[in-house]
Amino acid sequence: MTRFDRREFLRATGAAGLLAGLYGCGAGASKASGHVVVIGGGYGGATAAKYLRLWSRGGVAVTLIERNAQFVSCPISNLVVAGTRTLADITVGYEGLKKHGVKVVQGDVVGIDADKRNVRLANGDAVSYDRLVVAPGIDFMYEGLPGLNSAGAQESILHAWKAGPQTVALRKQLEAMPDGGTYAICIPKAPYRCPPGPYERASVIAWYFKQQKPKSRVLILDANEDVVSKKGLFMKVWGDAYKGIVEYRPQSELRDVDAANRTAILEFDKVKADVLNVVPAQRAGAIAQQAGLANVNQRWCGIDWMSMESTAVKGIHVLGDATFPAPTMPKSGHMANQHAKLAAAAILNMLSGQPPSDQPLVMNTCYSFVDDKRVIHVSSVHAYDAPNKTLQPVKGAGGLSSEPNEVEGKVALAWAKNIWADMLGGPA
Amino acid sequence: MKLRSAPVALTTLAAALALGSSSVQAADPNLARNLAATCANCHGTNGKSQGGIEPLAGVEKERLLTKLRDFRSGAKPATIMHQISKGYSEEQLDMIAGWFAAQK
Repeated sequence: MTRFDRREFLRATGAAGLLAGLYGCGAGASKASGHVVVIGGGYGGATAAKYLRLWSRGGVAVTLIERNAQFVSCPISNLVVAGTRTLADITVGYEGLKKHGVKVVQGDVVGIDADKRNVRLANGDAVSYDRLVVAPGIDFMYEGLPGLNSAGAQESILHAWKAGPQTVALRKQLEAMPDGGTYAICIPKAPYRCPPGPYERASVIAWYFKQQKPKSRVLILDANEDVVSKKGLFMKVWGDAYKGIVEYRPQSELRDVDAANRTAILEFDKVKADVLNVVPAQRAGAIAQQAGLANVNQRWCGIDWMSMESTAVKGIHVLGDATFPAPTMPKSGHMANQHAKLAAAAILNMLSGQPPSDQPLVMNTCYSFVDDKRVIHVSSVHAYDAPNKTLQPVKGAGGLSSEPNEVEGKVALAWAKNIWADMLGGPA
Repeated sequence: MKLRSAPVALTTLAAALALGSSSVQAADPNLARNLAATCANCHGTNGKSQGGIEPLAGVEKERLLTKLRDFRSGAKPATIMHQISKGYSEEQLDMIAGWFAAQK
């Protein structure tokens, strides 16, 4: 078992002098110092790691612990499912963060000791921290679906709701499906990761069928009362471009899965599909549960919106999809990136003995493809509401696209390039 | 407002007027930086775009502010900025424009 602290960290990453040279020590440099450990290298965690280094001008040591060797983006992954992009197109490495002086450790965190302020890795290593950032994303609640609660069932009935091998596997299932077949997607009750994502997936798969397998159908089995996001826009696309291909069934909550027969078991109905894609109900990632951070319905992590600090455990900040959201706040990669900047600013203030800013503000943009080129968006801005200690959507701000359009199709891809660089890109 | 508290309120008001927008920044010296970072998802870290979306780094403050005001009023057509710009106050937009203008 090895242990490393800030001093060893500096020795390992090339000493403080070099890092100070990289960032300069000009006016406005943060006085913050210490060691921040970040668990999870997705939209939230990677952004936090980068901005802690950037804004402290190298003064704060940062260790990022991530189980995967590379980042794979959920946003844009539906285009891999549709066949117009590859997994390589949505994969970015962690080299840029290393250039910022972030120590990137590939590993699994198995325990957090908030009193001793350290985290334990599966390989036996322990890493001590001054403040901890937990950005674990979501895990699936398979216990509610007994027929899917085994490794074998999960190999054939995919979620593809964490981008990676499952994204490619779902594409392969669609390619192997004969024309005339049915693809069905089961959507859990909100809140879940990426509110418009399931409807985007249904739309781009319908586009693929229209081009390649015109006798095939897309069936949307939605546990919700109605389309959760961009309702009017999606309904119009399904009624116009995908008439006869897409069928939408609201209030169709999944009760169980017959994996061998690719059958979704609903309350009053059984639906057999050729490709069955189940997005199970979700909760904050396992490490958040284990560390006692999931204090809202034992599912989500309650946080202080001025600092993203956990309301359950002091010294730990939680980001992204794992949080219990503020009113109307979506679980999105874009929002996780915004959470990360809010947290980074607050952590640097706290590490230099200052209170967090009392005016936090975040904004969100979600682009959804409806075919290979056309996109629709939803946007919002959320400002701090001091009396209620939460972030509230700013009235009159935000909104939707007026219609699917190719201009935003180009913007959506530029958004991806820019946000991936904002979270993972090296020093300019 | 009670009459008794008026002198205090007037003093505060006078101080705010004398300091102008800097009194807003006094709350947190990094407020402009933090607000500008909310734009970076699309416009690039520190406003340095990777392409496809306008860079903001080094853009003259007045030019940027005019653009933002035109988005807010609807004078300048947009796909999304007319919706997002309405989420920020005049003071916040001023700080953001000033911050990006200072980026090289």
